[in-house]
Amino acid sequence: MQVPLLELEDVEARYGAVRALHGITLDVGERQVVSVLGANGAGKTTTLRAISGTVRRSGGLRFDGKALPRSPEAVARLGIAHVPEGRGTFAELSVDENLKLGAYTRRDRSGYASDYEEVLKHFPWLAERRDQQAGTLSGGEQQMLALARAFMARPRLILVDEPSLGLAPLIVKQLFDVLRTWIDEHGMSALVVEQNANVALEHSERGYVLEVGRVAVEGTADELRGNESVRKSYLGY
Amino acid sequence: MRAFRYSLRGLGFALLVAIVVYLPFRLSDFRASEFALIGIYFIAILGLNVLTGYAGVISLGHGAFMALGAYTTAILVADHGMRDLWTIPLAGLLAAAAGAAFGLPALRLSGPYLALATFGVAVATPIVIKKFDGLTGGSGGINLFEAEGITGLPEFLVTLPGGKVLSFNDWLYYLTWTIALVLFAVAWAIHHSRFGRSLRAIRDNEIAAAASGVWLASHKTLAFSISAFYAGVAGSLLAISAFSVQPGAFPVDRSIALLVGLAVGGLGSLAPLAAGAAFLVFLPQWAQDISKAPGVPAVIYGAVLIALMIVLPMGVGGLLRWITRPLTSRLYPRS
Amino acid sequence: MADVLQQVVSGIASGGVYALLALALVLIYRSTGVVNFAQGEMAMFSTFVCWELLDRGLPYWVAFFLTLAISFVGGVLIERLVIHTVSRSQALTVVTVTIGLLILLNGAAAWIWKGEQRTLENPFPSDTFDVGGVVIAAQDIGIIGVSLAIVVVLWAFLQRTRVGLALRAAALNPESSRLHGVRVSWMLALGWGLAAVLGAVAGILVAPTQGSFDQNLMLPVLIFAFAAAVLGGLDSPIGAVVGGVVLGVVLNLVGAYIDFFADLRLPAALLLILGILLLRPNGLFGRSVVRRV
Repeated sequence: MQVPLLELEDVEARYGAVRALHGITLDVGERQVVSVLGANGAGKTTTLRAISGTVRRSGGLRFDGKALPRSPEAVARLGIAHVPEGRGTFAELSVDENLKLGAYTRRDRSGYASDYEEVLKHFPWLAERRDQQAGTLSGGEQQMLALARAFMARPRLILVDEPSLGLAPLIVKQLFDVLRTWIDEHGMSALVVEQNANVALEHSERGYVLEVGRVAVEGTADELRGNESVRKSYLGY
Repeated sequence: MRAFRYSLRGLGFALLVAIVVYLPFRLSDFRASEFALIGIYFIAILGLNVLTGYAGVISLGHGAFMALGAYTTAILVADHGMRDLWTIPLAGLLAAAAGAAFGLPALRLSGPYLALATFGVAVATPIVIKKFDGLTGGSGGINLFEAEGITGLPEFLVTLPGGKVLSFNDWLYYLTWTIALVLFAVAWAIHHSRFGRSLRAIRDNEIAAAASGVWLASHKTLAFSISAFYAGVAGSLLAISAFSVQPGAFPVDRSIALLVGLAVGGLGSLAPLAAGAAFLVFLPQWAQDISKAPGVPAVIYGAVLIALMIVLPMGVGGLLRWITRPLTSRLYPRS
Repeated sequence: MADVLQQVVSGIASGGVYALLALALVLIYRSTGVVNFAQGEMAMFSTFVCWELLDRGLPYWVAFFLTLAISFVGGVLIERLVIHTVSRSQALTVVTVTIGLLILLNGAAAWIWKGEQRTLENPFPSDTFDVGGVVIAAQDIGIIGVSLAIVVVLWAFLQRTRVGLALRAAALNPESSRLHGVRVSWMLALGWGLAAVLGAVAGILVAPTQGSFDQNLMLPVLIFAFAAAVLGGLDSPIGAVVGGVVLGVVLNLVGAYIDFFADLRLPAALLLILGILLLRPNGLFGRSVVRRV
């Protein structure tokens, strides 16, 4: 039995005095896309923040069998890329500079150049916009840029927070397609937080449904789609 | 419960008054003059607290308003024969008017820009004073020793029943502290008034305050004006205590000192601001007592100030609030 | 006309010094949000360090670059030990800390160097050139040259290197930067180190022009630097440079040609800047921050 890439065991997190996660247990395997579903306030975003270290957390968090460090910078250097809510675009910098920042943790200069080519293959429109200020891109383009930035780091695990937010269905499909292609080509895993459960389950192998800071339901995508309460509450049918 | 809180406050204030009245009987003459100076700084810092603590505006220029107050008193007493005591409120009012005049346009600037604009005013003040020497007496300043309007004279001596001799410095002490206590009560009233609450709302979240109907410009300008009034009164008292004014008495250091006193005393508190004033008067002396070598007192002063800000970022007031928190949380139960 | 041009050239030279210090202020303000009232005193202290090195026999340019290195370390230390500790406090506390730093550094310089007047070696010859009737001092050319060189090097560092990009990113969006592995707090320290270097150059350039100097060397320069930074926009490096040069030139011209303002050139300059701020509250090149509710 292979050790999962990411393991969370009874993880708790708090914002000041307010506890947001009451014991989350989940795992992500190699080359897997795992969805985190749930209503607003269920703790989905907090779960990602707990992994990347941007919120105070306690409990067992293991990456590749080793405990996750506390600071976001150290977590990033381990090969975990977090695409946050709000996309984290460096609005005043150019698209090119945004991508360069994505590769900040990379030590290998030669690898960077070839990856730049790789990324441009998946986001061809980026090549034309290299010198454009990132803040002037549309919402969908910024989301793509955020994904591209994350890819530039050649992460082993990517955490994506609400990628579909505010985007047209066609763009959302493109996004997930790119994600899947990159995973297939480069052996990455993804933990995707989504409010749009339908889209998420369509593109994931497994999923967790969070309620009030705890895991309420878990299973493969098919299992979740077959689960009646999940269907009624989150899938709308 | 409220009645109890208010009577507790009243008791505290009465205690403060009692201490103030009694203190000169225990102090030497020199110490009395020092405490008078503390009173003067206390007044200025109380005013600055209205601006910075309530309205959230940092000003590095209030020394200019002190200068305005001081020169108003000096000119009225020396050139127009007015009694010095009557000039005190006039000095305050003139400074308040200047504060409003400056504040109205200046408050359109945001934080650091405004702070630096006030810094510019502080820097320009001694230069402007010297330039308009027809009015201000230029570098030499104005001398009040011979003026008729002076109430307290250096030779002032009164023997009270009981044997205590009140000197000029004692008189000065009582003058400044009477005014300080009155203005302290006024500041307290402002704090608890609707105006004070509006100001704090602006400080905490300008946009929300504006959305709630608080008129930003007028409130901030009034806060600026009030703080200038206090500074003007303080400056006037400074002129009276020194029997003179000159541009050299109002370097940038004075404006900066007011801000330092406010930070040490603690934003938002009232009584602890006196600790800030005491810091301004005692620390330089204490540093000098340790060593008079060039630069060393400044090193000590700077180091102590930095250490104080690291350890007590909210000043003495913050420390007191933190200590009395278990007490006050019982007095102010959450409803 | 030749007269005016002369004033303009020497105005650019003095403006270059203001620009360097203003650039230091902007660098720190942009990255840490702090108005560093101690910037001038840090520069003054560096100038004294340079004097000390020269006094011990080091050749000029060795002392120059060694001072820059020492200043860099000093700036980093100040940020790490003092500023970082209060970085989460209210604005008043942070301002007061920089004021404390100002007082401490001034005192320290007076203490170490006994408050005596010192002279700093002038690396530039005292020749003058006649260019079509306009007399230009070699010193002014030298100051302009060095200032320009430093600004260009800084620009290249910020715009063309990986670390420079990280520094800019950390200032713009610290949260997102962390997620990309940027050690934001060390970037802030780097900003302070670079600012200290800029200040050191400003001090070393200005000291010889005063004949002799003591620990009060940089106080007037700081005021002009603040004026320049505010004029150009506290978050704009271009603004700092333009503001500095413009201020230098205007002050020179006003001082030379308008008698009444000769003593009042500082208040006049400040009044002018205040006027400009009323029209553009964030300075000429500053970005107005759109506040979203």
